[in-house]
Amino acid sequence: MRITQGTFSFLPDLTDEQVAKQVGYALSQGWAVSLEHTDDPHPRNVYWEMWGLPMFDLKDAAGLMTELRECRKVFGDRYIKVNAFDSTLGFETMRMSFIVNRPAKEPSFTLRRADGPGRNVRYELETRRG
Amino acid sequence: MTDTRVVETVDLQALLRESRVADVLDELDRDLIGLKPVKTRIREIASLLVVEKAREALGVAGAPLSLHMCFTGNPGTGKTTVAMRMAEILHRLGHVRKGHLVAVTRDDLVGQYIGHTAPKTKEVLKKAMGGVLFIDEAYYLYRPENERDYGQEAIEILMQVMENQRDDLVVILAGYKSRMDRFFESNPGMASRVAHHIDFPDYSDGELLQIAGRMVAGLGLRLSPDAARALGEYVALRRRQPNFANARSVRNALDRARLRQARRLIEAGKVDAQALTTLEAADIRASRVFGSADPDAPAKEAAC
Repeated sequence: MRITQGTFSFLPDLTDEQVAKQVGYALSQGWAVSLEHTDDPHPRNVYWEMWGLPMFDLKDAAGLMTELRECRKVFGDRYIKVNAFDSTLGFETMRMSFIVNRPAKEPSFTLRRADGPGRNVRYELETRRG
Repeated sequence: MTDTRVVETVDLQALLRESRVADVLDELDRDLIGLKPVKTRIREIASLLVVEKAREALGVAGAPLSLHMCFTGNPGTGKTTVAMRMAEILHRLGHVRKGHLVAVTRDDLVGQYIGHTAPKTKEVLKKAMGGVLFIDEAYYLYRPENERDYGQEAIEILMQVMENQRDDLVVILAGYKSRMDRFFESNPGMASRVAHHIDFPDYSDGELLQIAGRMVAGLGLRLSPDAARALGEYVALRRRQPNFANARSVRNALDRARLRQARRLIEAGKVDAQALTTLEAADIRASRVFGSADPDAPAKEAAC
C-alpha cells in the first residue's frame, strides 16, 4: 500500500533533481534540513530515526544530497524523509517534510477489533510487514 | 561533432560582460596592490571559465573542470583575501552555485578520537558545498611524525569529495611554500587533484607603503609626510627581523602607532580635528624596531 505522508505524497515520487530543488527552496528560506528514516510508516509513529544531525548552516542542497545517497546505501529498504525546520520565533516547527525513499515492497495496515471493559470495542491499526 | 560547429558563433566579450566578472577583476586590480602573478592567473582562470561556458552554449560538452587550487606564499601576502574574491569570481562565472567561502584550519577537520574525524570533515564539506572551501595552513593536516594521526583520514575524505563532486565545491589549500611542497610530496594523490598552484610573492617596500596608505585611509586617518618616511624606514628595518608577515606586519605597526597617537593626544589635552586624524612620525618612530640596535632584542618583540 502506497504511504501518503507529508508534502508531495500524492504526486509521483520526486526525482533526485526535484528533491534537490525543494531542498534548495527550504535552504533559501533559512530552514535547517535533516534526514530521517524508519521501517514502520504507521501514522502514529512520529519519531523516525535520525540520519545524523540536522544540517545547520548548509548553503547548498548538494550537502543534503550527499547524505541522502549515503543514507540510501544503508537504508535503501526503508522510508527516508527530508525535514525542513524553521527556527523563527512563532514557527519553531517543521515547515516541510516529504518522503524521498520508499521500500520496494511497502507494508500494509490491518485494522484489528479488540474488546475492552464494559463491552467497549476498540479499533487498532497495525503495520503488517511482508 | 561536425554538425555542432556549423554557423553559430559566440561573442566571448559579451559573455564576459554578462557575467560581470570584469567588475570583480577590475576591483581585484584596484584593491590589491602588487601580486602580479596572482592576478594574471586569476584572469586566466576567469577566461577559461568564460570559454568553457561558450563551448557549453554551442553544445560542445567538455569534461568538468577541476578548479581546486593551492595558494602558497609567506604570511600576510593576501592569500585569504584573494580566496574570498575567488569565491565571488567563481560564483559570477557560474562555476559554484552559492559563492560563499568557508575558511577552516586543521582543527575544524580533524577529530580528537577514533571515529570523530570523518563526521567532522564531512560536516565542513557539506557546509562548503556550493561554494569554496578554504583550508588555511593545509600542511598541518598531514603529520608524518605520528602515523596514527587522524589528519590522514581527513585528507582521504577530502580527496574523495574533490574528485567526485567537482561541480559542488572548489577546494583551496593555502600555506607556506616549502611546507606545502612537502605536503604534496607525501600526498601525491592530493597533488594530482590540485590543478592550479598559485604562488604569492612577497611585497616590495614600495608596495607595502601603498598598502599602508590604503589601511590608514580605511581607518579615516592620514600620515604626515614625516610619518610616511618613517614608515618606509620601518618597513625596511622590520623586513630584516624574524616573523616578518608582510601586510600583516604593516597593519600591526599601524595599530600600535594608533595607540601611541591616542596616548599622545590625551597627554596634549586640547587637540583639533587635524591632530586627531594625523599619525605623526613620532608615533611610528617610537616602535622598538627602530630602537633595537642590539641583535637579540627583536627576537622578543618579534610580533611587534
